Amino acid sequence: MTTPPLLQLQGIRKEFPGCLANDNISLDIAPGEIHALLGENGAGKSTLVKIIYGVLRPDQGQIRWHGNPVQIPHPAGARELGIGMVFQHFSLFESMTTLENVALALPSQDLNELRARLEQTANDYGLTLHPDRHVYDLSMGERQRIEIVRCLLQNPSLLILDEPTSVLTPQETETLFATLRTLAGEGRSILYISHKLEEVRTLCDRATILRGGQRVDECIPANETAHSMAEKMIGHRVESVPRHTAPSSSEVRLQVTDLSVHSDQPHGTDIDSVSFSVRAGEILAIAGIAGNGQIELMNALSGETGRPRSGSIRMLDTEAGALTPVARRQLGAVFVPEERIGQAAVSDLNLVQNSFLTSADRLGFVSYGLVNWAEVEHYAEEILQRFDVKAAGTAALANSLSGGNLQKFIVGREILQQPQLLVVSQPTWGVDAGAAAAIHEQIQRLVSAGAGALIISQDLDEIFALCDRIAVISQGSLSEPQLASDITTQEVGLLMGASRERTESLSHAGA
Amino acid sequence: MLALEARATQSASAAWLSPLLAMALTGLTGAAIFLAMGKAPGIALYIYFIEPLTSWSGLSEVAVKAGPLILIGIGLSVGFRAGIWNIGAEGQFIAGAVLGSAPAVVFYDSTNLLILPTMLVLGVLGGMAWAAIPALLKTRFNANEILVSLMLVYVAELLLVHLVQGPWRNPQGWGFPGTRMFPDAALLPMLFPGYRVHLGTLIALLIPLLAWFVLTKSRFGFKVRVFGSAPLAARHAGINNPRMIWATLLIGGGLAGLAGIMEAASTIGQLMPKISPGYGFTAIIVAFLGRLHPVGVALAGTAIAVTYIGGEGAQISAGLPKAVTGLFQGIILFYLLAFDLLTRYRLTRIGNKVSAT
Repeated sequence: MTTPPLLQLQGIRKEFPGCLANDNISLDIAPGEIHALLGENGAGKSTLVKIIYGVLRPDQGQIRWHGNPVQIPHPAGARELGIGMVFQHFSLFESMTTLENVALALPSQDLNELRARLEQTANDYGLTLHPDRHVYDLSMGERQRIEIVRCLLQNPSLLILDEPTSVLTPQETETLFATLRTLAGEGRSILYISHKLEEVRTLCDRATILRGGQRVDECIPANETAHSMAEKMIGHRVESVPRHTAPSSSEVRLQVTDLSVHSDQPHGTDIDSVSFSVRAGEILAIAGIAGNGQIELMNALSGETGRPRSGSIRMLDTEAGALTPVARRQLGAVFVPEERIGQAAVSDLNLVQNSFLTSADRLGFVSYGLVNWAEVEHYAEEILQRFDVKAAGTAALANSLSGGNLQKFIVGREILQQPQLLVVSQPTWGVDAGAAAAIHEQIQRLVSAGAGALIISQDLDEIFALCDRIAVISQGSLSEPQLASDITTQEVGLLMGASRERTESLSHAGA
Repeated sequence: MLALEARATQSASAAWLSPLLAMALTGLTGAAIFLAMGKAPGIALYIYFIEPLTSWSGLSEVAVKAGPLILIGIGLSVGFRAGIWNIGAEGQFIAGAVLGSAPAVVFYDSTNLLILPTMLVLGVLGGMAWAAIPALLKTRFNANEILVSLMLVYVAELLLVHLVQGPWRNPQGWGFPGTRMFPDAALLPMLFPGYRVHLGTLIALLIPLLAWFVLTKSRFGFKVRVFGSAPLAARHAGINNPRMIWATLLIGGGLAGLAGIMEAASTIGQLMPKISPGYGFTAIIVAFLGRLHPVGVALAGTAIAVTYIGGEGAQISAGLPKAVTGLFQGIILFYLLAFDLLTRYRLTRIGNKVSAT
């Protein structure tokens, strides 16, 4: 008899009200294997992983561990078995140090002893950590390393990582992969969840592909192309988006000069003397890892956080720094913030009401203080139709739409206002590939028709596919924008991670 | 162990069913309490909930009590929709009554027909002024409006007592606290001879219609809704934060003040140390029982008014303590909150068996 797989899932089924998240899924992971779990948003990856980690319990099906059937009633049970997990959203206390965060997750023990173990483990796997630095002071990469070391201290045989590279620079990603390969070399297994196909190709031994809650395929990533895996994931052919034809224009649509903004969030990032411009017919990208001032910049541009501390924002030839969001929209600028539910749309309002939210003044839906709801409804219908939004009519509530459809709706609501300037943050974050392509196409069309667009994104594939020029935001400072054709992914990656060291050396020099 | 789990969908009918169920269960609980007190539950419940509706004078009294509850309840429901928790309507009611009564106290023998409209306007302004304090403190210093508005209730009560025992006391009142009786020109006209239903009751019934129109048709109504359910979306849409706080608090205060002066200038006809049987607090129950919807508030205000009148009747004919009225109002709110919780969440049993088998 051969050695049984480390983990074996058989016929896992999990149903939520109105949604069959996992339908008869089987999967096995051998010791020392790096196994990818691939699928679009809503394919059932998160549900399946939560079942393995004991957060959810399956309605049907069996879990075997070393060949023996087990029940995993809660995460503590999973950890007892030897399963560790690093979530996409870190569970760290920002105002505590690395060491304190690690100590919290483990049974109580001597801090000095723990410090020694922490440093030992970090060294063994090439993970640079500073035990006494506060988490709010750390990059996303270092935060993730804390989570990984915290798992490793519990000596797991299976480590689950959920979209681990979404917050990392390309260089940090390389370091992570080296660590993961070392772990696999020791006989530990890794379940790697991602939708980044190139990464999966370079890292993973095997891949299980989910679609619509079902296991649709299994493959050896090294024998596939990213394109062939994408088609397995999506279930139909993927067509590439045609590039916008940028008519050469000298007309400046947005001119930001020496803009400084004080963050209104605790542990937020201040914007420090940022300058850039967006011309008609061009797309400028601001790349960067989340939490480097993107939200503050977006809110300053849309006018949601009031007058900036210093510097100027000229929008469509008007000084806009002191204008309200409504006045900026009246100039011809529209904004798509990163938060879909709660900021761009209200979850318990229907699509007619959500259409009205940002278009009221620009499209003249109000007279004498009264809303012409019949006209707004036509507008909502037009958005659904033109942007292929799948919804149960305009009376559907915003929270009944999938992430991709809601984003198509929001982008459609803004683009149909025929803006001269579009500012959009993380346009396809967490959106399925089909919807992402549709959104990219609409942005390209708008720009081909003569608008200017600013895209704030952390997805380098998206940035290089769409944008004419690229600048990188890091620690609230912006690099000099460069032509996309003159800069490589690696260089952008260096800029995304570089500024921390630069500011550190600067502060040493200044002291 | 039991746990609450959010429901994926909420039925719209449950939102309206829960106040009805709450009232039905309050009746049943009431019956049990009467039984425990040695009263015949059937008769006591009849006196409480049915008898006020069986005579013209009973209906008239219910309408008189429902007026202030509806007015205040409408004002509060606008604020609650916007997430502004003004619970000091009792204080705004008193402030409206005090400022609105000033002309009648000063010109106590006036026959000028303008005195009544002046009083109504001043009543609204008095309530607004009292609500402006929490609005100012919230917009300037981010002070919690729940605490500020509540504490101002006691300030208003003491101010009223001071006035009616001091500067505004009736010189011919044998030392009893209270102002002179208002002149006829300063009183709201009665609608039917022999019944206490007055012009103010009619105004109170028009306000829900106006509120319904504003909330569903106007941009302001839309802003109130967005501001309450998604503050960040409100900011994104350019809805002005301080302006919404001011507007909703002033509407709540103004309507409470109007209710206050109409109460003083009708059934009471003067200012006394106690001019409200807790209308401002009961109206909070009315607003929630009416689902913050204008029509619902009108119905809920009427239903709660019945318990006031029924309570008076029960004291006289069944010898039940006055506290039973407050008890009923509390039980209704308790059941309502419980049903609301259960429409949003369901109870599930979670096991705590541990680990591998």
